[in-house]
Amino acid sequence: MSAKLLEVSDLCMRFGGLAAVDNLSFAVEKGAIHGVIGPNGAGKTTTFNVISGFYKPTAGTVRLRGETISGLRMYEVARRGIVRTFQHSTLFSEMTVLENVLVGTHLNYRPNIFAAIVGWDSDDRRAARAKSEETLEFFGLLERAGDRAGDLPHGHQRALGLAIAMVARPEVMLLDEPFTGMNPEETNSMMSLMFKLRDNGVTILIVEHDMHAIMGICDVITVMNFGKLLAKGRPDEIRRDPAVIEAYLGSARDVA
Amino acid sequence: MRSVSGRVGIWLLLAAVLVLLPHALSFSQQEILVFLTINILLVASYRLLTLTGEWSLGHAVIMGVGAYASALYTKEFGIFVPVSMVLGACTAALVAMILSYPLFRMKGFYFLIGSFAAGEIIRLFWNRFREPFGGPKGIKRIDPMPDFDILVWQFDFFEPVSYYYFSAVVVGASLWLMWRIERSPVGLTFHAVHWQDKLAEATGVNVRAYRTLAFVVASGFAGLSGALLAHYIGAVNPNIFDLELMVFVLTWTIIGGTATIYGPVIGCIALTIVNEIVLREFGLEQMRPFVYGLLMIVSVLFLPKGLESLVQKGLARIASSGLDRDMGRERETPGS
Repeated sequence: MSAKLLEVSDLCMRFGGLAAVDNLSFAVEKGAIHGVIGPNGAGKTTTFNVISGFYKPTAGTVRLRGETISGLRMYEVARRGIVRTFQHSTLFSEMTVLENVLVGTHLNYRPNIFAAIVGWDSDDRRAARAKSEETLEFFGLLERAGDRAGDLPHGHQRALGLAIAMVARPEVMLLDEPFTGMNPEETNSMMSLMFKLRDNGVTILIVEHDMHAIMGICDVITVMNFGKLLAKGRPDEIRRDPAVIEAYLGSARDVA
Repeated sequence: MRSVSGRVGIWLLLAAVLVLLPHALSFSQQEILVFLTINILLVASYRLLTLTGEWSLGHAVIMGVGAYASALYTKEFGIFVPVSMVLGACTAALVAMILSYPLFRMKGFYFLIGSFAAGEIIRLFWNRFREPFGGPKGIKRIDPMPDFDILVWQFDFFEPVSYYYFSAVVVGASLWLMWRIERSPVGLTFHAVHWQDKLAEATGVNVRAYRTLAFVVASGFAGLSGALLAHYIGAVNPNIFDLELMVFVLTWTIIGGTATIYGPVIGCIALTIVNEIVLREFGLEQMRPFVYGLLMIVSVLFLPKGLESLVQKGLARIASSGLDRDMGRERETPGS
């Protein structure tokens, strides 16, 4: 068994009286593609928001390589190696494709205002640009580098979202519903991109509705329902788990 | 090669125009030119602040902080005027740094109102405390810029022409610095914070630190413009830096446009021409708020991207016609 990279233990997130996440525990292994699924309102996105530092958890901890990261701000979590993407096409749509990716290089080439004025950062700038172009090439976006990001077709916009996260060279990528609104062709090319990312040593945690995609790419799946852990296991185990089937389709009693 | 030499030529032409300009103007117009130069720095620094997406209503007061600080440093401690101007700019930046702690807990509209309140608090301080701020009457007899000679040229800074040259150099250098900042990765991060602060933060950008950085640097340049003003007019009081000036800054910025560094500068120049030449010539100064309001509405309706969009279109046309010419010549070469 390989090492636990990201560990969520006894996580609770309450909004007023509502427990969006209730005593959730799971661990993500290094190098895995780990899926989090569940019916609408199961608390998947909230879990994501807590891990990435968007929310502070009410109770419980998130640990990366043993270090507690829950409660840190989002940029501090990013600096420790967890970079997230957002639902829908959240991009810097007024900026060019290349500029979008250049923002992602911020972590590795931290800009400095004095060096920028004097021009001492030209090595960094050149390296950041080379890295960005390399990443765009990886995602098949290099020929559109000069286009406005908002003008890209939907599939390319989602790929650009991944590119921004990828260029930061994260250890863990959190992908929030990357397959939403994609046609089967785009879904397939996105799936192969994720395999490529995993082969590059990135650990991936996905929240997703698209069952076909999630069953196809995940090594491990965690199923949530009403903020609680319902099941975890390999895709074929999850597919046959009666509790999961009940949560998705309703029990026989509900139907009758 | 040709485009580089062409660009150098354009800059040299601009410099020549700027050097010769005051000699074509009357004395009162020369004075207006000095104010225009100082206002260009103010409005350009305001645009630097708006790069991160936050619009402040305290910028005119921050300019005043630079003016008061520089005036007091020369008066109380006898500091050499150009040095105290830089110190005044640093003081304005420092005050902005302190203000940023409460202000950047807010965003958007709340930041706008908060910055206005913060500015009014500073103005109340100036009004309330005779020592050292001089109360409502402000500070008078501020040391002027000391005269000096460069080779055969003598600069007497009571002369608007001399002060114009001095402030043009300072403002030009400041604009260059701001341009360097915007073209750098720091500037790119400012834009990123503006368009999608959540995504920027998710990629490791400390959004609040960058908002603060833009605010502090912009305030420093605003403070420098205030210091330039203080040592020219020789007296400052709280009413110079009131909401009316702030509304002018907003009007220049909106009419000029904020997409480029020259947008607000064009807006400032155009409205100063309207103000000082057209309105004064026809004796319509009483109608200034009306005219400004009308221009603002007209520009929002018909030029939503500001005067700069006209320049951008013009530049694009020149570039494309230049390209056509080059292509035409290339096509000729094989035949000849």
